[in-house]
Amino acid sequence: MVENRLNIGQISEGFVLDHIQAGKSMDIYKYLRLDKLDCCVAIIKNARSNKMGKKDIIKIECPIDIIDLDILGFIDHNITVNIIENETIVDKRKLRLPKEIKNVIKCKNPRCITSIEQELDHVFVLTDEENEVYRCKYCEEKYGRH
Amino acid sequence: MRHLMNPLDFSVEELEQLMDLAGDIEAHPEKYAHACEGKKLATLFYEPSTRTRLSHEAAMLNLGGSIMGFSSAASSSAAKGESVSDTIRMISCYADICAMRHPKEGAPMVASQHATIPVINAGDGGHQHPTQTLTDLLTIRSLKGRLNHLKIGLCGDLKFGRTVHSLINALVRYEDIEFVLISPEELRLPGYVRKDVLDKQHIPYTEVVRLEDALPTLDLLYMTRVQKERFFNEEDYVRMKDFYILDKKKMELAPQDMLVLHPLPRVNEISVEVDDDPRAVYFKQVQYGVYIRMALILTLLGIHVE
Repeated sequence: MVENRLNIGQISEGFVLDHIQAGKSMDIYKYLRLDKLDCCVAIIKNARSNKMGKKDIIKIECPIDIIDLDILGFIDHNITVNIIENETIVDKRKLRLPKEIKNVIKCKNPRCITSIEQELDHVFVLTDEENEVYRCKYCEEKYGRH
Repeated sequence: MRHLMNPLDFSVEELEQLMDLAGDIEAHPEKYAHACEGKKLATLFYEPSTRTRLSHEAAMLNLGGSIMGFSSAASSSAAKGESVSDTIRMISCYADICAMRHPKEGAPMVASQHATIPVINAGDGGHQHPTQTLTDLLTIRSLKGRLNHLKIGLCGDLKFGRTVHSLINALVRYEDIEFVLISPEELRLPGYVRKDVLDKQHIPYTEVVRLEDALPTLDLLYMTRVQKERFFNEEDYVRMKDFYILDKKKMELAPQDMLVLHPLPRVNEISVEVDDDPRAVYFKQVQYGVYIRMALILTLLGIHVE
């Protein structure tokens, strides 16, 4: 008999990123550059969730110090980050807004120097934490999420 | 290594020192005539500018230094596709300090990240023009004797005028500052400046359309030009360009000690008949622009004159 449940094995050390907005897991995979890691990554899309209806989950088996998770704070701070050691959750990390974001978002100001010099890093700096405002380091154009 | 990218790079105390030095240069120019002997200023102007380039060059020449540079992108390696970072690495081998104007916003900051010499932002697109703001501050302090307790009228293109935005940012750091924003509806100060700067710091301001209504109570009137290049159609520009013309008759409404400043060039927003009025200080402002740039060059190069 074929079991109709989807089981992903436990991880011994790494992260479980839970409560990801359904459909956003591939974006996070890209932002965290998980494709560059030689480790086991499981992406679960549209998992059932009492709180969210459906959600995405990412499980990453890797040493916990090799991924910079600050960027998740910029993407969505409702994501829950569970840190796993010895197959148990040892910590739930609170996400905060990163002070600086490099090469994640692009400056859209056509007058910005980054629009003509392709080799420049696209760097955004958190200028107003309360209102979650990021500005381009070079031209100070505000990043619009929408 | 210190650079100047933004007028707010200097604290109020540092600005005081810079303006004190500019004041001493004005009083004793001979003392500084050889201060930069053997030093070279490179003026890297990727777009034309008369005043800003020549005032930097005059400042360095007054200090006994020498100058080199280019005055348009076409006459530089940028025309061959050289990046700002490569150009500045090269210039760092030739000169001791540089002033850069670039049409793209943030270009001088890119230069500062790769330079081994101080970089002065001499204007980057519609973004920053810090030496103009320093010039304005020195003019006000020298001729009014203070930078606090002032009611300042800003008139003309408050929407696109970067000098106005920079001046507001610089002046709100002083005590008891009040602004009167004089503009047509279409050229009002942008919401982000009103909200993020004035409202946030509880700076009092009023918005009026008629210049005559504001004039009687001002300590200072800062006029600006309506810039043709900011308009998408000729019709709007033509309608806006003559909206404000300061003439002798209007000056009669102003207090006897009110100063008129203008970053120049002017088109017709100040009638030439006002030029002889002692309150019209826009040409003195140009002279202060040289003093403050002399002080800036000395400060960034770390040269002290006893």
